[in-house]
Amino acid sequence: MHKSTISRKIFVFGNALLLTIITLLGIIPFIHLAAISLSSNTAAMAGEVSLWPVGFNLDAYRYLGQKVEFFRSLGVSVERVVLGTAINMLLVFITAYPLSKSNDQFKFRTPYVWFFAVTMFFSGGLIPSYIIVKNTGLIDSIWALILPGALSVWNMVLMLNFFRGIPRELDEAATIDGAGQWRVLWRIYLPVSLPSIATIGLFTIVGHWNAWFDGILYLNSPAKYPLQTYLSTLIMAINSQMTSISIEQLKAMENLSEKTLRTAQIFMGALPIMVVYPFLQKYFVKGMTVGSVKE
Amino acid sequence: MKTLKKESILHLMLLPGVIVTLIYAYGPMAGLIMAFQNFEPLSGFFKSEFVGWDNFKYVFELPDFTQVLWNTIIIAICKMVLFLLVPLILALLLNEITKQWFSRVIQSAIFLPFFLSWTILGGVIIELFSLNGPVNGVIESLGMEPIMFMLNNSWFRGIVIGSDVWKGMGYNMIVMLAAITGINSTLYEAAEVDGAGRWKQMLNITLPGMMPILVLLGVLSLGGILNAGFEQILIMYNPTVYQGGDIIDTFVYRLGMFSMQFGPAAAIGLFKSVVSLIMVSATYYLAYKYNDYRIF
Repeated sequence: MHKSTISRKIFVFGNALLLTIITLLGIIPFIHLAAISLSSNTAAMAGEVSLWPVGFNLDAYRYLGQKVEFFRSLGVSVERVVLGTAINMLLVFITAYPLSKSNDQFKFRTPYVWFFAVTMFFSGGLIPSYIIVKNTGLIDSIWALILPGALSVWNMVLMLNFFRGIPRELDEAATIDGAGQWRVLWRIYLPVSLPSIATIGLFTIVGHWNAWFDGILYLNSPAKYPLQTYLSTLIMAINSQMTSISIEQLKAMENLSEKTLRTAQIFMGALPIMVVYPFLQKYFVKGMTVGSVKE
Repeated sequence: MKTLKKESILHLMLLPGVIVTLIYAYGPMAGLIMAFQNFEPLSGFFKSEFVGWDNFKYVFELPDFTQVLWNTIIIAICKMVLFLLVPLILALLLNEITKQWFSRVIQSAIFLPFFLSWTILGGVIIELFSLNGPVNGVIESLGMEPIMFMLNNSWFRGIVIGSDVWKGMGYNMIVMLAAITGINSTLYEAAEVDGAGRWKQMLNITLPGMMPILVLLGVLSLGGILNAGFEQILIMYNPTVYQGGDIIDTFVYRLGMFSMQFGPAAAIGLFKSVVSLIMVSATYYLAYKYNDYRIF
């Protein structure tokens, strides 16, 4: 239906080209990273690698296979994701349910809502949070990564809004049939809200997998670090070496580092998300638009 | 009697969430009392000596603090503006792509960095901009001197802003695309009958149709005026670029966790929380007034 004028054709072509370039900017850095990890260390250090491995070998990955720290932290990450997501989802679910009731169904709804909402707008900040975690005895335990964030108020609000869309007749009918609140929650709300749970669950999983700073803050022994925290120590180690030095010194320093091994570890840290991402993207998109565009 | 029983179950359901929130969200808020104390970890909140506003005076007179505050605001504002502009332009351009599969591929690629942690992305950025990295490779092949990007204060700030926009632009783009899809298609048909080209249609229909979501995103982002990206900067910076890249959060982290100056660090944290609270309240009021936006 559009008129195919010359200027339109030029625009369509230029637009496609520009967007292709932007698309490549999103992917090329990771291809580059993979290429380095598959190259020989000398080529990688000399900066000869761009998008294709130079001196292809699997040494970095072979070495990585024996790297205890990497696999230990991977195990911690898996533990954190499983435990953390289960607790987060359970709390979001059972907290959102009472708050989704109307005021005449649940008299104390409003004060509870305010109690939770305040924490979205005001927080104690880093130092008092650290002291509280320390005082509750969680320092250096995996619970320090899970308990302080056990209830995400934002996710709870998303869930709550979804619950409110469920027809009230549904739980009224169940109540008349003699179902208690727990039964209504598990037998009616749970099956109906599976799409919503999947979306929030995916965000929670990614959040736990990606978190690294709380590990730095709350864990003292590197043996307990989750993967992203372990990787962050590798990266910050390079940073701490950087100070005001000459170009020659910096080049020499970069050459000393085990570049291929480091990139292999970073790449492996990104891989799980890059592999599952294409399959999950549509859920994320759906969850986002639910969360950000008002009805 | 029956309602009481019904409601007591609801209270029970809320109990775990209330306990966790009470300890780990309200606990730190109460702990902010240390901002007014000469806090000693061994004495705790109850026995540490009160010093009134001394910690605040001390912090605001620190020579670095003005610079840190300025860095925070400038980085945050640049990010806010670009987080509206870049996704808007991308969404408009993407809207002109008629081939579904092509549009899908582009969206996926742009959205990908959003799901990776700053650990991964920081590692990638540092590698890309290192002295032997590909960016300097291109610069050298053009016959110019290599640049120490990560050690240069003005470049570092640009890289922080640019890489954050790169990570996050997919998110706002998707939200904006959703807004474009929501525009009534009969408007376009009418415009075409009236002889308006694609450019005119974009100017007179698409952009005005997106105004509500643009205003909303813009207003809501104002609450983050003192959030310049803690995890990102912490993973990317080094002492050489403190001057251009040190922000309130990283400053508090170093002051509290490494210099053990708990009181002053908590004082800056309190300052930041109060400013954020004022901004958030004001912006929610604006969003409510002009856009009828509510979170509950």
